[in-house]
Amino acid sequence: MTHRIVILGAGTGGTLAANRLRREYSTDEATITVVDQDDVHVYQPGLLFVPFALARPDDIVRPRQDQLHDHIEYIQSPIEAVEPDADRVHLTDGTVLDFDVLVVATGAALLPEETEGLTGPGWGEKVHTFYTLEGATALRDSLAAFDGGRLVINVVDMPIKCPVAPLEFAFLADWFFTDRKMRDSVDITYVTPLDAAFTKPVAAKRLGGMLAERGIDLVTEFNTGEVDGEGGRLVSYDEREVPFDVAVVIPLHGGQPYVGRSPGLGDALDFVPTDPHTLQSQSRPNVFALGDATNVPASKAGSVTHFEGDVLVENVSRFIAGEELDASYDGHANCFIETGFGKAMLIDFNYDTEPLPGHFPSKVGMPLLKESRANHLGKLMFQWFYWHALLPGRDIPGIGPDMPTTGKRSPESESP
Amino acid sequence: MPTKTVAGTTVEVNDEGFFTDPSQWTEEMAPELAEAEGIDTLTDPHWTVIRFMRQEFEEKGTGPTVRALGKTSGVTVKELYQLFPKGPAKIAARVAGIPKPRGCI
Ligand SMILES: Cc1cc2nc3c(=O)[nH]c(=O)nc-3n(C[C@H](O)[C@H](O)[C@H](O)COP(=O)(O)OP(=O)(O)OC[C@H]3O[C@@H](n4cnc5c(N)ncnc54)[C@H](O)[C@@H]3O)c2cc1C
Repeated sequence: MTHRIVILGAGTGGTLAANRLRREYSTDEATITVVDQDDVHVYQPGLLFVPFALARPDDIVRPRQDQLHDHIEYIQSPIEAVEPDADRVHLTDGTVLDFDVLVVATGAALLPEETEGLTGPGWGEKVHTFYTLEGATALRDSLAAFDGGRLVINVVDMPIKCPVAPLEFAFLADWFFTDRKMRDSVDITYVTPLDAAFTKPVAAKRLGGMLAERGIDLVTEFNTGEVDGEGGRLVSYDEREVPFDVAVVIPLHGGQPYVGRSPGLGDALDFVPTDPHTLQSQSRPNVFALGDATNVPASKAGSVTHFEGDVLVENVSRFIAGEELDASYDGHANCFIETGFGKAMLIDFNYDTEPLPGHFPSKVGMPLLKESRANHLGKLMFQWFYWHALLPGRDIPGIGPDMPTTGKRSPESESP
Repeated sequence: MPTKTVAGTTVEVNDEGFFTDPSQWTEEMAPELAEAEGIDTLTDPHWTVIRFMRQEFEEKGTGPTVRALGKTSGVTVKELYQLFPKGPAKIAARVAGIPKPRGCI
């Protein structure tokens, strides 16, 4: 019998899962069909560099189909809805796909229209986001023309993709205006709904300290209720205000709207409830999910998606073979944080262990939670790995799905 | 484990004042818990939120975030901030006697 595997989304997770599954099964054993709405695969970590003219928009996009190996069918159409109980997907172009196994990899949606005023007057002019290619490009032009004043970076609410990216943006903005010899005439303020610069305590302290060292103001527990582009103000639900000349806003994120139209597939925010260790969805045993589309309590990051890919492919195979699933995904995440002036730092963590100082992957290796030139080069090199190793589904030497513990220093062993 | 006395009963709470055993909570405790949060009278919409929090906790093992509350409780986020100023999810969780809603990462 030929198994029909359908994969929704041809971004990071869908592409690497398709390529790995194709290696696992001959064309007689399984057909693999991938669906996406467009043919523009964006290397999203590169979006951070576009506003500062450190990357050109063209440099970070490639056609989706070119990333998929032979014998993977690619269909370009928006997804209308999934009928989990009927093992069927409906596409907007009218195509109906029947599946034996479904992999949901449609990522997170940006929902700027859910915040009052955000897409109103000033949107794309003085109110920006760098989370889309168009947004990052418009922001580049705005920053190039910026002649001083108040630059505000605002995270509306969690969860967001790559929770460190807005902090990296703040660090790079500090570098950018210093480099242009106008840092004195720019006030940079970082406005977050969290009670600190970041979610995890040890890293939050370090990152908060780095904002302070750079003269970047930190406003915490700010729940943005309205963005007033015309008046240049962020207004919180508890009626605090932060004035701006240019605002860089990370909009609300949710799952994709089609998830909400698919009976039983999603939660209140359209994310797919998924077992955090096996990546099997809670809706149906033959539906799996990975990447930003799930509700697992891990960062919405490419590294998470990559590590999840190992367990997901293993479990799709076990499911098809009628075997017990492997519950080994540990929430491993690994992120370079660009800190400006040609440096970056690395954090490595999982469901149970917060980002700690030390070295990665073992006692000899890249410094963790500490700025270095090597980490910056690592971050730049990652784009090459993304297209040539991560998407094709090859292993990256030294970086496995399980979080390494040697080389990390626990808070107790840290000298005060 | 710290304890406190609410409506004449001793209950277990954590350092941040969240119930560690939600089964110790009764509706009679809510007005006193609310007062400690600066809410003098519990109106019908307050009760809608409190009961919704309890129900969500029982079904899912964690209280909802403000955004999920705004989408599913029938009370808008703006109203939530009027009912439970300064952090509706946390304050409503304390009043409803459930643990701190698991935030996001
Ligand atoms: C600014 C920024 C910086 C980042 N930096 C980093 C970083 O440094 N390190 C890191 O690890 N991660 C980073 N990330 C996060 C990383 O890019 C994502 O976590 C990762 O791409 C998630 O993969 P995914 O497959 O889940 O989703 P995606 O790669 O987003 O793919 C989802 C796909 O589904 C398709 N789709 C959605 N809805 C439909 C529909 N209805 N019909 C058809 N197709 C649909 C989309 O077109 C898309 O191709 C960053 C993200 C951003 C925005």
